[in-house]
Amino acid sequence: MDSETITGKLKQHFGEGIIQADETSVMLTVIVPAGIIHPLVRFLKEDLGFVFLTDLTGVHYPEKELPFAVVYHLHNLADRIRIRIRTFLPEEDPLIPSVTDLFSAANWMERETYDFYGILFQGHPNLKRILNVEYLDYFPMRKEYPLEDQEREDKDDRFFGR
Amino acid sequence: MRIRKEKTKTTVFSEDDSSVMEEPVDLQHTTLNLGPTHPATHGIFQNVLTMDGEKILGAEQTIGYIHRAFEKIAERRPYYQVTPLTDRLNYCSSPINNIGWHMTVEKLLGVTTSKRIDYMRIIVMELARITDHLVCNSVIGVDSGALTGFVYVFQERERVYEIYEEICGARLTTNLGRIGGFERDFTPSVYKKIREFLDRLPKVLREFEKLLLRNRIFMDRTIHVGPISAERALNYGFTGPNLRAAGVDYDVRVACPYSSYDDFDFIIPVGTHGDTYDRFCVRQEEVWQSLKLIRNAIDNIPEGKHYMEIPEFYLPPKEDVFSKMEALIWHFKIVMGEIAIPAGEVYHSVEAANGELGFYLVSDGGRSPFRLHFRRPCFIYYQAYPEMIKGGVLSDAILTMSSMNVIAGELDA
Repeated sequence: MDSETITGKLKQHFGEGIIQADETSVMLTVIVPAGIIHPLVRFLKEDLGFVFLTDLTGVHYPEKELPFAVVYHLHNLADRIRIRIRTFLPEEDPLIPSVTDLFSAANWMERETYDFYGILFQGHPNLKRILNVEYLDYFPMRKEYPLEDQEREDKDDRFFGR
Repeated sequence: MRIRKEKTKTTVFSEDDSSVMEEPVDLQHTTLNLGPTHPATHGIFQNVLTMDGEKILGAEQTIGYIHRAFEKIAERRPYYQVTPLTDRLNYCSSPINNIGWHMTVEKLLGVTTSKRIDYMRIIVMELARITDHLVCNSVIGVDSGALTGFVYVFQERERVYEIYEEICGARLTTNLGRIGGFERDFTPSVYKKIREFLDRLPKVLREFEKLLLRNRIFMDRTIHVGPISAERALNYGFTGPNLRAAGVDYDVRVACPYSSYDDFDFIIPVGTHGDTYDRFCVRQEEVWQSLKLIRNAIDNIPEGKHYMEIPEFYLPPKEDVFSKMEALIWHFKIVMGEIAIPAGEVYHSVEAANGELGFYLVSDGGRSPFRLHFRRPCFIYYQAYPEMIKGGVLSDAILTMSSMNVIAGELDA
């Protein structure tokens, strides 16, 4: 199986749902709307042999209309093919279906993504913070939270290209 | 330890009345805090166990005690300054993390390294894998009551650390290598020390195996302890020796070869039951395979430079900085992080000592990563721990934990 076959099968199965599929970033990357993420991952797992969820994480693009990206990396171990799925979510109510029923590994990965980006995974059995303290009232990996206190006057960042 | 009394309601039908009576029965469940600081967890993370006598009914994990926000810090640092952060993930084998990161950036830049660099990297990475496996396997011995082997193999770990010292000057958090190669070539003393180590380790390893591998007590303590099936292990995202012990022959070095691993011939050991004993045996065999790999790499290492000609990213030699204008400019630009990196998105993974260590890097062309995510193997497989220890006893749970090779630094990032 190669990436063209996979793209073909996905387009045949999901039609308009596949917004974009290309290989510009070395790995086959598919962009889909959040709504079809669960049937898509199920199809990849059960019909195309992507039995391994390598990674699940979030990215924040504050400039974009849909600022939150959730990125899935799946791996077909038998054919040695990886696939990346990206989906974009709005700033208000970043809701996405959970894939914990398909992959137990997604449990903590989704909790981590929630913890750092505030993305809400619907159907997750235990969606609470994992690495940060529970009473934290913001999502620290969002770009609006600076790493250092921006009010500091003892450092002049102009000379450091920041 | 806290004893909690739970009133469990049982329903009893009385003869004269059809209504249901409720009669309380006393059931005692013990809640046991295993951690956050506990000598057997070998790191800071907590398990709240619900126990019935010595039997474990369930466990709930709390992690994040040493979360240091590396992913956030990396978003403010130039690329070469991210390397010291990766040291502190799996600190038992930091060179693998360092080199994994360098290779990720090289993938983004489109740089292909020479065979010499690849072979040098293989030597260092396999040395790191040996130390990591020695620590993990000897700690399984410690937790089952055999301290001798631990002290014995730590002597050998010390020798590997001396080799690291010769290569990069540091021991534990190595910050080894640079984007595009190594900071300096291997000195003759490095080769000498590696060859001495290769001659010495097999004897020690055989003795260590004699101590544990067919030891009746050790086998009784580890066989069928904390097992996981291949199917569950895959579903839980297991990688590395833990997955291979369950019988799946997935190894990143072979499945997606990097750093010229495909030039070498080595065996991927697999287990059958995925229990503690299988994990021990798989690691033990991997140490032998790593020895073979190092020996092959050191015998066939090609001549050449220890770095690639990419002046925009590789720091020039210090004597050139003092005497050549060009070198001084590059030095300044690299150190101040003024070099533009191409925009793009890459995922690169290496076979770290405890599984697939992945780097998901998004670059917007700026001086530091736009987003960097570490796929930490033990963060992903440690969530299977409650399932693996359920129904077992406490002392087995301790052994299962040490055989999973959970490193707190990597767990919490």
